[in-house]
Formats: sequence, structure tokens, C-alpha cells
Amino acid sequence: MRPLAWTLLLLAWLASLAGTLGSLFFSEVMQLQPCLLCWYQRIAMFPLALVLGIGLYRQDAGSVFYGLALAAVGWAVAGYHLLLYSGWIPENLQPCSKGLSCADVDLRLIGFLTIPLMSLLAFSLIIGLLVAARRQGVRA
Amino acid sequence: MKRQHIMAGSAIGLVLAFVVAMFGYSWLQERRLVELAAKPDSVFVRPHSPTYGPADAKVRIVEFLDPACETCRAFYPLVKDIIDLNGGRVQLVVRYTPFHAGADTAVAVMEAARLQGVFWPVTQRLVKDQRVWGADHNPRPDLIWNLVDGTGLNMRQAREDVASTIVRDRIEQDLADARALGVTRTPGFFVNGRPLKRFGEKELRELVLEEVKRAYGQSGVAP
Repeated sequence: MRPLAWTLLLLAWLASLAGTLGSLFFSEVMQLQPCLLCWYQRIAMFPLALVLGIGLYRQDAGSVFYGLALAAVGWAVAGYHLLLYSGWIPENLQPCSKGLSCADVDLRLIGFLTIPLMSLLAFSLIIGLLVAARRQGVRA
Repeated sequence: MKRQHIMAGSAIGLVLAFVVAMFGYSWLQERRLVELAAKPDSVFVRPHSPTYGPADAKVRIVEFLDPACETCRAFYPLVKDIIDLNGGRVQLVVRYTPFHAGADTAVAVMEAARLQGVFWPVTQRLVKDQRVWGADHNPRPDLIWNLVDGTGLNMRQAREDVASTIVRDRIEQDLADARALGVTRTPGFFVNGRPLKRFGEKELRELVLEEVKRAYGQSGVAP
């Protein structure tokens, strides 16, 4: 792998690791219960930290593609969650009426940074870095 | 530097940041609770909350109490003992947490009794005769009224108050505060905002002693 491609992959991995640790901080330290949509995003984020990590360690270019697939799914769910959160999708279309509401705003960092927004930013960043790594020629 | 070293270094950095944030957060959280506990109206104590012991005591035990809970019954004389032994330095605040079946009637009667100034005789009767009305396998809240007759309670007034929304709202408030503080089992103790982390009589006495020493200097009487 070229040095620049590897560095981009490293940054994507660190972003996924930060996302994983961050979501664990919200649920385990701050005791905010994850709603259903949060869990779907976690299902994409947690393996990203492992897949990209192993890919980096073994310098396996294929990991970029596995990572992209996971990140795309997470990005889609996060986008849907954010629309729900900010009221663009009416509440009666919520898939998670049982248990916790996915539309309740529990947390807002520095005024605007909600959890779904952080999630969407993290997945966007990971996708951007992985695409850039691919352009840099991971196969070379 | 080898690529694997860069990886390991940055991962360790992130995990360290996580650990630091974890300890920082719980430290802040504890300080916030201690500050809240010093206020006259907070999740720890509401204007309606019954108390035992002097109001100017610098140490306050907040007990989330379920009159149908066996451990609460076992702790009832122990808590009284802790307050009495500390002669004026410790106050008890009781919060209503009717988790058991039938306990909702009992706490409503306790609040009605508080309105008439007979909270303690009524509560003592309910706790003492807990097995009669609040047995786990066979709760009989209908027997409560007979039990508290003769404790000085004006029964007609009490029945009216128990049915009132004011009393119901106060119990709801206490339950909401219990949820906010993460109390899921009774009795739940906080001493000046610090939760009793390991449950037990010895642990409670130690926590109270610690707070007495902190508030009154080293001359704390061993409770």
C-alpha cells in the first residue's frame, strides 16, 4: 500500500474507533440508552473499527471495500435518524415506537451537535477517507 | 516508524482519552450531585419530604423507602439509631418509592399522615406490621386502613387526602426523582448526595461517619 493511502486508511480507522468509543461513552458512562436506530448504526460502526484495523495491520487493500460497504449502511441509517430527529419525517412514521423514542433529543453538545449528527459526520468522514484512499491507489 | 507502531500508538491514545473522559465525567457527576443535595428543593429532597432529626444538621441521609420492602423494615431501626447516636448532626429525609405491589396505598397513607403531623407513628405501624399487609406473595393493601386506625390519624380526612391529586402528584414526584438518581432497589441511600455504593449497615454507618467528620471536623462520634 502506498504511504498516503495507508495514512488515509489509518485516519478512517481512527475515526471508526473514536465513533465506537464515543457511542460506548454515551451508553455505558453517561447511561443514555441507545434507541433502535442507534443500534443499527452501532452494528455498522463497531465492525468498522475491527475490519479497518485488521486491514491496516495486514496492509490489506481489500479492507477499503469492506469498510465502504459498512460505512454506507451506517451513513444511510444515520441520515434517516437525523431526518427523524429534526422533524423532517413525521413521528408516526417512526419505526421504533416500542421502547425508546428515536426522536427524543437527549443531548446537544456545543449547542447543535446531537448524537445522530455526530454519527452522520463520522460515517461521512470515514466514507470520504476510504474513497480518497482508493483514489490514491491502494493496490499499488 | 513502523506502520504497526503508528497504529498501536494512536489506538492507545484514543483508549487513554476514553478512560480519562470516563473518570472526568464521573467526578463531575459526583460533584454535581453533592451540590444538588445541599439545595432545599432538588431530586434529593422536596418541600413535602418527611424528615427526622434537626433541620440544621449538616449531614443529610436521603432514604428512598418502600414500606413493603423487607430490607427497608430491617433498616428502619438502624437508620433511627444512626440519627439518634449522632445527636443533632444528622437528619433523615424519607422519599416514597412504592416498588412493591400494594405499597402505593401505603405511601399515600403515609403522606396523608404527614399532612396531619402523624407521619412517624403511622409509618412505624406500617413498617412494623409489614407482613400483615405487604407480604410479597400476598399483598393486602386493603388491611392498611385497619392497621393505622388508632395511631392518631383522622381517618376521614386521611381517606380524602389519599384520593387527592396533590398526594398522588407528590408520590409521582418522588418516583421521578428516584428514576433520575438511578434508584432501582430499596432502600436507596444517599448521604449528602453521595450514594451508598456497596450496600450494607456497616457501609452506611461508615459513609455517615465520613460525612459527619467532613462537616464537623474530626470529633465525629462513632455511630
